[in-house]
Amino acid sequence: MAEPMKIRATLQGDVADVRILMMHPMETGQRKDAKREVVPLHFIQSVVVTHNGKTVLDTQWSQAVSRNPFLGLRIKGAKAGDKIGVTWIDNKGDKRTDEATVAPAS
Amino acid sequence: MSTLRRNFLKLTGGTGALAVAWAAGLIASGQARAATWNKSGFEAKTLADVMKSLGATGATESKDIIITAPDIAENGAVVPVAVTSKLPGTQQISIVAEKNPFPLAATFDVSGGGDGYVSARIKMGQTSNVWAVVKADGKYYTAKKEVKITVGGCG
Repeated sequence: MAEPMKIRATLQGDVADVRILMMHPMETGQRKDAKREVVPLHFIQSVVVTHNGKTVLDTQWSQAVSRNPFLGLRIKGAKAGDKIGVTWIDNKGDKRTDEATVAPAS
Repeated sequence: MSTLRRNFLKLTGGTGALAVAWAAGLIASGQARAATWNKSGFEAKTLADVMKSLGATGATESKDIIITAPDIAENGAVVPVAVTSKLPGTQQISIVAEKNPFPLAATFDVSGGGDGYVSARIKMGQTSNVWAVVKADGKYYTAKKEVKITVGGCG
């Protein structure tokens, strides 16, 4: 099972600045391992970010996204305590969902 | 969705045996794919094919799209790219690395309270232009920025 994501959401005015760090190898299908065998494609295809249950960002990724992907976005009209949900699905059908709350501006 | 399928058929037909062989290989390896995943776009090998799959052929250049990326990236495996679109009604943002084996890196569909801003880290094989393709109010706009790569990140 995949490792948990790190999600940080901070309020700046009425915009929530959301930073997500996912743990995933993101293999390109072009790299060879120590035995000179090609490491098969393994990458996150889709990431959905929700704000209080409503989808705000629906992403489609290729293998060109770096290992342990970072995703940053801004959500307008957010308030402290709002729930941010993130779900990713990779090309092998693995998925993971994590949730965080928007922290007030510090 | 049906337009995507049409595009894919057109694409495989147009680019010949290589594309067909590639597609067959993928099906043979039994990969489960999300229904909405833009297969033709992500498997396109040239910038023109990517633009076609996005429906963005002939998109206009816009100064309201800002690409934040380093001028010189030492490590091609981790190139931070952020796209800010000031265009009203931004619906979709795509990031394309022109000279990658598969240029289309990511597509972001913005909805609800989502702002016209995304940032991610991508891999780049060699020095090339990074394109941002933005769909706003049903029209497509592009911007580009050159990123020099010291060590490629696709191997």
